[in-house]
Amino acid sequence: MEYAIESLIKVAVVFGGIMGGVAYLVLAERKISAYIQNRLGPNRVGPWGLLQPLADGLKFLMKEDIIPTHVNKVIYLAAPAAILVPALMGFAIVPFGDTITLFGYQIQLQVADLNIGILYILATASLGVYGVVLGGWASNSKYALLGALRASSQMISYELALGLSLIGVLMMAGSLRLNDIVTMQASYSMFGFLPRWNVFTQPLAFLLFTVSAFAESNRLPFDLPESEQELVAGYHSEYSSMKFAMFFMAEYAHMITASAVIATLFFGGWHMPWLIDPADASLGASLLKVLAFMIKTGAFLFLFLWVRWTLPRFRYDQVMWLGWKVLLPLALLNVFVTGLVLTLAR
Amino acid sequence: MEPLFFFLFAAIAVTSALLLVLFRNPVYSALSLVASFFALAGLFVLLQAYFLAAVQIIVYAGAIMVLFLFVVMLLNLGHPEALEVATGKYRRVAVVLLGAILVAQVGIMASRNLDFAPAPENPEMVMDNIPYIGKLLYTDFLLPFEVASMILLVALIGVMVLVKREKKSE
Repeated sequence: MEYAIESLIKVAVVFGGIMGGVAYLVLAERKISAYIQNRLGPNRVGPWGLLQPLADGLKFLMKEDIIPTHVNKVIYLAAPAAILVPALMGFAIVPFGDTITLFGYQIQLQVADLNIGILYILATASLGVYGVVLGGWASNSKYALLGALRASSQMISYELALGLSLIGVLMMAGSLRLNDIVTMQASYSMFGFLPRWNVFTQPLAFLLFTVSAFAESNRLPFDLPESEQELVAGYHSEYSSMKFAMFFMAEYAHMITASAVIATLFFGGWHMPWLIDPADASLGASLLKVLAFMIKTGAFLFLFLWVRWTLPRFRYDQVMWLGWKVLLPLALLNVFVTGLVLTLAR
Repeated sequence: MEPLFFFLFAAIAVTSALLLVLFRNPVYSALSLVASFFALAGLFVLLQAYFLAAVQIIVYAGAIMVLFLFVVMLLNLGHPEALEVATGKYRRVAVVLLGAILVAQVGIMASRNLDFAPAPENPEMVMDNIPYIGKLLYTDFLLPFEVASMILLVALIGVMVLVKREKKSE
């Protein structure tokens, strides 16, 4: 019973954190894009535009909900849920902190500690494509269908590189559990002061994983499924009101999960080198570890936004070329080199 | 709790498998097959085969069915109720035959003792089944494993050959 209550509280905290994060990420995107383009961005609602997400959310709820007459109604209504649910599921296994001791309970700061950890992330990532495909098809419109077609081929192509780039990390850790991978990174190896983060030992894997994560979450420079200039809005052209907002939220939730996973797998998760002792389990240290995790995730979220407002979109054949002829061979090479080095070092 | 989940997943698996056959619209059929895969993954989790459950979702639900669904969707454009009623000379014979096989299978299963959770033969596998599966694949099942990879390689080369030939004739 206690376990169930603890789990429910953690689910509520993580869910609320992601939804709040999504709301403020939209504001951050608008603000950062504004500063990159030498504008001010939203600054009317609340101080520094901080209440803008509330206004946006209210607006989405109040807008007229239009269901076009030519759609396949059942699938059209199911698609927004089919995209938002996997996007939110992915975060469940990310350890956002070490253990914390509250009211005499020792709480693991992670919703579910699965020993197939990374496979679960890949599974939820691969399910994200259903909402896109179903929404694009059920809309019964050529722009939406073209967007869905591009999305499915792009996501399937980049899933391979996404999965293969992680094999090097798995070989280093010898486990799929994210907790084991973080614990392995929470020590110092080379030269005694550099933390054993995977980004130092697996730099190629980090690069491949980050590029593939951009493609998986349909962000620029890989936002071909949406590409406003050619396809109106791609797969969600025919959606309005809150159903459109659900597609939108799913994209930002994907970004948050992707950033958190990159921080966990390659940058030591909650590990804060030099400042906090990983074994320190006092309340302050536990909270600081959560803060370290949030800062790392935030840095990658900023990278997502920064790239979006800096790089132009790839052409479709270039996206396919990059996925199959560059990322996939490099990922295989990384597996081979990692295996060779590990065998020789043994 | 566990029997409850077993019956839930089993009911979903059987119902969606039936719907797969009964739906007239091929897109709905494909989606019910996805639901069936999910229910099977749930059954694998109940059997503590977490690796199999994850692979089931990644490979079948996440990759194969998406491609499948897309082909069906592109073929199905414009006429949603396109699938004609399946006709054929031996349709009734096939139905009777398959029905008999199904009854026989259920009968065999029912005649056995349905022990709900048999004790695991290999406790180490239950603890952490990924290293165990890896070890088995490279020792006891090395030959089937290599044969399967050869079959996949042959299929891959076959696709290349077919695509190339089409281009030459143009």
